Amino acid sequence: MEVMSLKSFIGGIHPKDQKQYTKDLPIIKIKASDEVVFPLKQHIGAPCQPIVKIKDNVKVGQIIATSDQFVSSPIISSVSGVVKKIEERMDVSGKMQESIVIANDGLYQKVENNNNKQELTYEEKIERIKAAGIVGLGGAGFPTHVKLSVKDSNQVQYYIVNGAECEPYLTSDYRLMLEKTDELIAGIHVLLEMFPKALCYIAIEDNKKEAIHLLKEKCKYEKRIAVKELKTKYPQGGERMLVKVLTGKTLNSKMLPLDVGCIVDNVATVIAINQAVRYNQPLISKVMTISGDGITPSNIEVPIGTSFKWIVEQLGGFKSEVQKLICGGPMMGSALIHLDIPVTKTSSSLLALVQDEVSLFEPSACIRCGRCKDVCPSLLVPQKLYQIATKNDTEAFILNGGMECIECGCCSYTCPAKRNMTQAFKKMKYLVSINKRK
Amino acid sequence: MNQLLHVSASPHIKDRVTTSSIMLDVIIALIPATLFGIIQFKINALLIIVTTITTCVLAEYLYERFMKKTITIKDLSAVVTGLILALNLPSTVPLWLPVIGGLFAIIVVKQFYGGLGQNFMNPALAARCFLLISFTGRMTNFAFDGMTSSTPLAILKNGESFDLIRMFIGNTAGTIGETSTVALLIGVVYLLIKGVIKLTIPMTYIITFSIFTLLFSPCSFDFYYLACELCGGGLILGAFFMAADYVTSPMDQKGQIIYGVLLGVLTGLFRFFGTSTEGVSYAIIISNLLVPLIDKFTLKGGVYQ
Repeated sequence: MEVMSLKSFIGGIHPKDQKQYTKDLPIIKIKASDEVVFPLKQHIGAPCQPIVKIKDNVKVGQIIATSDQFVSSPIISSVSGVVKKIEERMDVSGKMQESIVIANDGLYQKVENNNNKQELTYEEKIERIKAAGIVGLGGAGFPTHVKLSVKDSNQVQYYIVNGAECEPYLTSDYRLMLEKTDELIAGIHVLLEMFPKALCYIAIEDNKKEAIHLLKEKCKYEKRIAVKELKTKYPQGGERMLVKVLTGKTLNSKMLPLDVGCIVDNVATVIAINQAVRYNQPLISKVMTISGDGITPSNIEVPIGTSFKWIVEQLGGFKSEVQKLICGGPMMGSALIHLDIPVTKTSSSLLALVQDEVSLFEPSACIRCGRCKDVCPSLLVPQKLYQIATKNDTEAFILNGGMECIECGCCSYTCPAKRNMTQAFKKMKYLVSINKRK
Repeated sequence: MNQLLHVSASPHIKDRVTTSSIMLDVIIALIPATLFGIIQFKINALLIIVTTITTCVLAEYLYERFMKKTITIKDLSAVVTGLILALNLPSTVPLWLPVIGGLFAIIVVKQFYGGLGQNFMNPALAARCFLLISFTGRMTNFAFDGMTSSTPLAILKNGESFDLIRMFIGNTAGTIGETSTVALLIGVVYLLIKGVIKLTIPMTYIITFSIFTLLFSPCSFDFYYLACELCGGGLILGAFFMAADYVTSPMDQKGQIIYGVLLGVLTGLFRFFGTSTEGVSYAIIISNLLVPLIDKFTLKGGVYQ
C-alpha cells in the first residue's frame, strides 16, 4: 500500500531512542549477589513446584523447581550454595510470589554436564531446550519449547529472529548481535535444522547499522538466512508487526505466528537455544541494559536471581536521587516499587530516571485530534475504546476490537491531552479475561 | 533513598505535544493574518481582538469557577476561540458586540455542552452565525480605508469583476482576519510543518468547492472567477482554521473526505444560490452537526479482528 524504501507497518511512533548512552559499551560480567532469589513463575504458563528443600545443597545448573504441565519452564539455579528459605518475595510486577532463596557460597560448583550425544533428534532438541529453562527472553516469557513444538516441522516457512529492539534505551540485543554473532548464527543453524523448509530472517531496525553490517557480512554465503533492515519505529519489534512487515501476513489476537507459518524468537533466545542444544548448557544468566540519567550506563551479564539492589551497588550506586525505576523499556516495562527484587529470565533492563516525566502531566479533556488512532499499530480507535473503558463496558470493548490491543503504549504516548489510555485497556483486557474464566 | 519511588503503569514516557502546545501553534499560525488585520483596519481591529479574547478567557474562567469545575484557561483553547471569532468580525462593530459573541461562544456553545472537546459546533463560528442572525446590519457593514465598502464577494455577486492580486494580498473590505489570503497561507504552512493539521479536510473542501464553482456558478468554467471566489470571503480561514478543528470534524480519513465534500457543496449552494454573499460559516456549522453521524459510519476499530 505504502511505498517506502524500508519496510514498515501502519501506525507507530518515533520516541527518542536514547540508545547513545549504552550502545558502544561492551557487555561486562557481574557476579551473583550473596543471596539469590528464584520466583517460581518466570514465564507464561503453570508455576513450578520446588523440588529442593530448605538446607539442601544446590549446584550451578541444577533444576530447583519444575512442573508436570507442558506449558511451563523449569527454574534453574545460577549459583551453588544452600537453600535458605522458600517464601513469598516480591517480583518485578510488584506481586508477592513463592520464591526459592539460596545462599550463594561463591564456589560456583557446576552439575555434571553429560553432553556426549552428538546427533540429536527433533524431540531430543526440544527436550534440551525445555530442560535448559528457555523462555522468550524479549520480555514475554513464553516457554520456547512450547513455541518450537510443531506437529509438522515442514509447516514453518519463516523463522524470524527479532533483533529490532524498538524500545528506547535498550541495547542488550544490539550488543549480543555484535559480541555473540557466531553463537547467534550457530543458533539459527540449529533451528533451521529443526525446520527444514524454513527461511530465516534476522530483523533489525536501521538505527543499528553496525549490527546490520556485521550480520550481513557473516551471512553472505548463507542461503537460508537473510538480514532484513527495518525502519526505526516503535513497536517494530512486536510479533504481529514483524510478521506483517516481513511476510505481509496479518495476525490477530486469536492467532499465533505459527498459524501463518512463522516462528518469532528474540536474539537472546536464539543464543540460549544454541547453548542448550549444542552444549547442553542451561539458561542461568541474563544480558541487561542499565541506563537512564540516574546511574552509570552499562550493558551487563548477570546471573538470574541476583537482586537489582546488588547490581546498582556493583555499578557504584545512583548518581543522584532517582524518581522512577523501570524494569524493561520505558514503553512497556514495569515501574519498580523498590530494588529488593530479583532478576528473572524476562528482565531486560533497569532504567533509573531522575525525573518521572509522566507525573508532570495531568490528563485533560480529549480534543478528538485523532492522533491515537493514527499511531495505533492494531488499527483501533483508542479514543472510542477509552470512553468504553471508563464505563467498564466489556461487551462494547470486545465489539470495538479492544482485545486486539497489544498494550504497546503508542496511544498514551502520543495523546496531547495526556490521557492514560493504554493503562485503561490493560484493565479492560484483564476484566474480559476474568469474565471468561467465570 | 529517602524519597518514595514513583510507580505507574507503562508507558513511562510521553510525547512533548500537549493540548496547550497545539493551541499555541494555532495562535502562532494566526499571527500573520491578525497583524495584517490590525494594520489594515487600525485601532478598531486591535480593540475588537483584545475585547473578544478577554471576554472568552474571562467567561471560561468565571463559568468554571462558579460551576466548581477545573479551571482550564491554561490550555489556551479560549484564546483560540476568541481570536478566531474576532477575525470573523467586521472592523466596524461596536465593542459590546464581540462581548456578546464571546459569551455565547464560551458559555452556550462550549461550556453548556461539557467544555473542551464536547462542543458539537465550532464555538467561534456558532457565535459568528448567532451574531449574523441577531445583528445582520452591523455584522455586514464592512469598511475599507475608513469608508463603507462592499466585500469583493458582494461585488462579484453583482456581476462585476475584482482585482485578484488585491484579493490575494488582502487590500479589500471584509472581516478582520479573512481578507489576506497570503497571510493566512503563511500560517497554514506553519501548521502543516508542525503537523497540527492534515490537508485532508481543507483540500477536499477546496477541491469540491472549485468543481462546484466551475460547474454551477454564474460564471461557469471561468478560472479567474474561481480564483477570486477562493481568495474571497472566509474560505481559506474557514477551510484551514475552522473546518479542520479537531473537536468538530470527523476522526477517520474516509469521514474527513465526506465532510470536506459536504462543506464544498454547501458553501457553493449558499454562495451561488442563497441570498447572502457568504456561505462558509453556515456550511461549516451545518456540517459540524453531521459529524457524529459520519463518525458512526466511518470510525471503525478492529479491522484485524
